[in-house]
Amino acid sequence: MIRYVASRLLGAAVMAVLATLVVFLIANTVPGDPVLAQLGDIAASNPETVREWRAKWGLDLPLWERYGLFLRGLLNGDLGTSIASQRPVLEDILQYAPATIELATIAFILALAAGIPLGIAAAVWRDSWVDAAARMVSLIGVSSPTFWLAFVMLALFYGGLQIAPGPGRLDPIAFPPPDVTGLFLVDSILAGDWEAFHDAAAHLVLPSIVLAAATIGLITRTTRAAMLEAMGQDYVRVSRSKGLPERFIVLRHILPNALIPVVTLGGLAFANLLAGAVMTETVFSWPGLGRYTFRSAAALDFPAIMGITLVVSVSTLLVNLLVDLSYALLDPRVRR
Amino acid sequence: MSGAGLALPAVPTRGQRAWRRYGLAGIGAAIVLGWLLVALLAPWIAPYDPDFVDVANRLRPPSAAHLLGTDALGRDCFSRLLWGSRVSLLAGFAVVLLGALFGTLVGMVAAYARGWVDEALMRLTDLVLCFPPIILALAIAAALGIGTTNTVIAMLVVWWPKFARLSRALALVQRGQEYVEAAVVLGLRPARILGRHIAPNAVGPLVVLVTLDVGNAIITFAGLSFLGLGVVPPTAEWGAMVAEGRELVEQWWVATFPGLAILTVVLGFNFLGDGLRDWLDPKARSR
Repeated sequence: MIRYVASRLLGAAVMAVLATLVVFLIANTVPGDPVLAQLGDIAASNPETVREWRAKWGLDLPLWERYGLFLRGLLNGDLGTSIASQRPVLEDILQYAPATIELATIAFILALAAGIPLGIAAAVWRDSWVDAAARMVSLIGVSSPTFWLAFVMLALFYGGLQIAPGPGRLDPIAFPPPDVTGLFLVDSILAGDWEAFHDAAAHLVLPSIVLAAATIGLITRTTRAAMLEAMGQDYVRVSRSKGLPERFIVLRHILPNALIPVVTLGGLAFANLLAGAVMTETVFSWPGLGRYTFRSAAALDFPAIMGITLVVSVSTLLVNLLVDLSYALLDPRVRR
Repeated sequence: MSGAGLALPAVPTRGQRAWRRYGLAGIGAAIVLGWLLVALLAPWIAPYDPDFVDVANRLRPPSAAHLLGTDALGRDCFSRLLWGSRVSLLAGFAVVLLGALFGTLVGMVAAYARGWVDEALMRLTDLVLCFPPIILALAIAAALGIGTTNTVIAMLVVWWPKFARLSRALALVQRGQEYVEAAVVLGLRPARILGRHIAPNAVGPLVVLVTLDVGNAIITFAGLSFLGLGVVPPTAEWGAMVAEGRELVEQWWVATFPGLAILTVVLGFNFLGDGLRDWLDPKARSR
């Protein structure tokens, strides 16, 4: 088991470094020029300024030397300096990550809380109107463009009905709770500041629903399919013939077995949430990694993009590893 | 013997069975066909020139003259919506078909060659799969510069791996199937074995993935466009139209209808793909 984990971790590390190489090559072999994006037309027309600027960011060095520099920095825990913000990329990422982690966690919990019961109901009352409704909900969720859903929710509940707070993590006039974890919900509880907690929670409602929408469908469909698969097993027929109550069979026998494939979905759902975060955060002015990614991409800030790629691919690989391990823990047959 | 305690499920009539089996896919196909027609006929059915600027009539709510109102430049939203279907559908199909073609080729070669070629191709596939597609596509699209072709290229870079994975798995499975041997033993002609036995089993999942994926690609393309990395500005495109109406909460029609257009066309593809999956998968069919 330990050998397996070690080899998977090593593989993940190699993949993550290769991933930065891919982004590095893309960044340096495409026509887009960060000099133009950063300096603007007037400054970029002065060759002296351009040369100085290139030298400053190491853009005049040969390709492989630059990648070597990046790798050496990586070993020292240095992801380079963002061209746009002029700050270390790691610092930027650490600053923006909590907002995304908070949003994505709430969205994920929401998706599970809605998707699993919906999937169970769809399987238990298969081919009924419940099943059809669950199918519609999940298909509509998967088919809604996140950026549009975000707009509609804001226009309806903030602009129209005025029952939800506007974009951002807190009211513009509110002070954030003292920074401990960067997660406003946790920090405000730690500080005992219930007003801030309420404010932060209210601001999370719309974006987390928007972010969860696509994932709910995924989880509903998987739960339903897994439940149906488990229902056809012999042990279910045995339990029925023993006269066990149907509710007991569903909740104690079928569900635990059906949840295994749902867990393996975690990795996919995680990637889904990250993709959705770029759109959701842009519309909700959410100061998280998604918006940071978009801004860096638009500014051709490649040190920042490489840093994000590294962090995101490492976390994706880790989530997938955890998923595989939890599979082994949940299913005794896989363990031996 | 109609047992009083035994409630037998009502036997569905022929019509009900057909509806259950083909209903959703049929609705999906109708929606997709409808949008394809709109895209094809846009120049003739659009009441106005989609790029015609009429500042005097800007931000007018939906009316008889402008079915879906006008945008911030006084352009007719309905005409732009109709024209926008062209870019979205074209981009969606281009990404998925080219991605599927390349991915399937990689997967088949890997499965056929085995050995180090297989290993190298599959590691490459894993490599691309390990970043969330949107982030890589975002970086590439930004680097290539805006434009429909560039965005499609950026999406292609991240699109092919899932097809490579799936087609490799399918090719490996079909090679040693017993039903292939059985069919041979029964003396069926090779053409019949290929056409009626192997093809439906191997192609089915690919067709489902392609169908479900067009919707996916349309959403992603519109998303990149929404972020300003898709089409060049005056072009009517749904994602860009939502972006133009983003700040206009009072003039809700500017952003709402293009989004609804995306929703319906993607829903169409998902209905179709979902129905196809049930239809092609014998396990799901037995109902």
